[in-house]
Amino acid sequence: MSAASSPAFSFSRIFAMVMRHWYLLRSSWPRLLELIYWPLVQMIMWGFLQSFMAKQTGTLAMAAGTFLAAVLLWDILFRGQLGFSFSFLEEMWSRNLANLMISPLRPIEFVLSMIAMSLIRLIIGVVPVTFLAMFFFGFNFWGLGFALAAFFANLLLTSWAIGLLCAGLVLRNGLGAEGLTWSIMFLFLPLTCVYYPVATLPAWLQPISWALPPTSVFEGMRALVLEHTFRADLMLWAFGLNVIWISLAGWGFLKLMHSSKQIGSLMSVGE
Amino acid sequence: MNVNVSPPAIEADRLTKRYGDAVAVDAISFSIPAGSVTGLLGGNGAGKTTTIGMIMSLVAPTAGRVSVLGYDMARDAYRVLHRMNFESPYVDLPHRLTVRQNLSVFGRLYGVANIPERVARLAADLDLKSFIDRQSGKLSAGQKTRVALAKALINEPDILILDEPTASLDPDTADWIRGHLERYRATNNATILLASHNMGEVERLCDRVLMMKRGKIVDDDAPEKLIARYGRQNLEEVFLDIARGTGAAKKEAAE
Repeated sequence: MSAASSPAFSFSRIFAMVMRHWYLLRSSWPRLLELIYWPLVQMIMWGFLQSFMAKQTGTLAMAAGTFLAAVLLWDILFRGQLGFSFSFLEEMWSRNLANLMISPLRPIEFVLSMIAMSLIRLIIGVVPVTFLAMFFFGFNFWGLGFALAAFFANLLLTSWAIGLLCAGLVLRNGLGAEGLTWSIMFLFLPLTCVYYPVATLPAWLQPISWALPPTSVFEGMRALVLEHTFRADLMLWAFGLNVIWISLAGWGFLKLMHSSKQIGSLMSVGE
Repeated sequence: MNVNVSPPAIEADRLTKRYGDAVAVDAISFSIPAGSVTGLLGGNGAGKTTTIGMIMSLVAPTAGRVSVLGYDMARDAYRVLHRMNFESPYVDLPHRLTVRQNLSVFGRLYGVANIPERVARLAADLDLKSFIDRQSGKLSAGQKTRVALAKALINEPDILILDEPTASLDPDTADWIRGHLERYRATNNATILLASHNMGEVERLCDRVLMMKRGKIVDDDAPEKLIARYGRQNLEEVFLDIARGTGAAKKEAAE
């Protein structure tokens, strides 16, 4: 090997990591099935519930109209975070992390490769389900149009921020913290008001809810479906919060990585 | 006057690592010249793995510094990591990827110019051809070790760090690996740092041995000089003297 320096940033190294995970996905049909299984089950369950409630009268029937949109957007948030975290956990499970940490792969390239894999996993898992929702329940998710792009971007940014923090915690604490990556998002399920308006929450909880970027997305979705109004103000608020969240998560990840070098946990990847 | 200004391949200066009250590595200093093979020996808990971790910037020193090819690993690791590589039976490659896929991924990570050619070269050198397209997790221990060594050589490193490279291998495969390491060092003038519990392996491969005990370097010399100084027949007996604390008496008696 020549003494020539290694570039400070390399798309080729990001591509290498994406290929590593793509080879893995391609070789394992259970992993591919897992990507689509839960979004499909969720869509079917909420689709039938929506169909049933739509036959009722009054407010309940109106609210039911938002269920399928809510469940699909929730899956973007949940699957986005899992897709990110799984790419990291795969390195822990295969005991490959030390190989990566002593390679020229920079932390930012590692993070960007996990973001790319999160997108790929999401496309494989959620996109087919949106078409099945159209086929079975007549719900055109893509009909949300430009608003969908705003919802999608904001939810993904939040999912990556949380995924990054989870990866840092697993890096620092070992696989004992793995359960967190599965369960942390469920804390957001009641607080981000996926299936009901923020006004449903007690007054003291509402400011906390509004500090979570997905809350604005789900509130914006209800405004769009029920009132046919695109709330740009909510999307901008969510985006601003996401900038703060991503910055804090990136800072936290680097701190946790530094801490893992202090306690030597990179040499003993495991529980 | 011919002044050689090349920095040592690896240099530690009062390198220390503490975990709370426990001292894993206790202010060790050493300098390893380029092109040499150095053995890092010691019983379990002597501090070998922590020392290797600090050399590779996986562990942050509590005090002191370690530099590789003149670069401080706490500050400038990314300026030199592309010229290093590592192999250990305690670190795996992704099991579901084939040998070829794994080597290609690491070739790209290390910026290797012609990856298919380099993989083919390694497959020929390390006899990987018959299982190059098999999943890495389905290989035998000997095959896995050869693949791990191929990954460690993918970038033709100037500094090769090996942690028990022949652990759990049969004598034939282990001998074959040692032969390959000897050839690699001779061809590439590479620096090899080897942690091993196999004293025969260390005697065969190493120009020099750093003996560690409880985080300190307790002796440092060529294997044959250590054997002579302790008045022993082989390095294993020297190791036992040092590990059991009878080393000083034996050394004095021999001197």
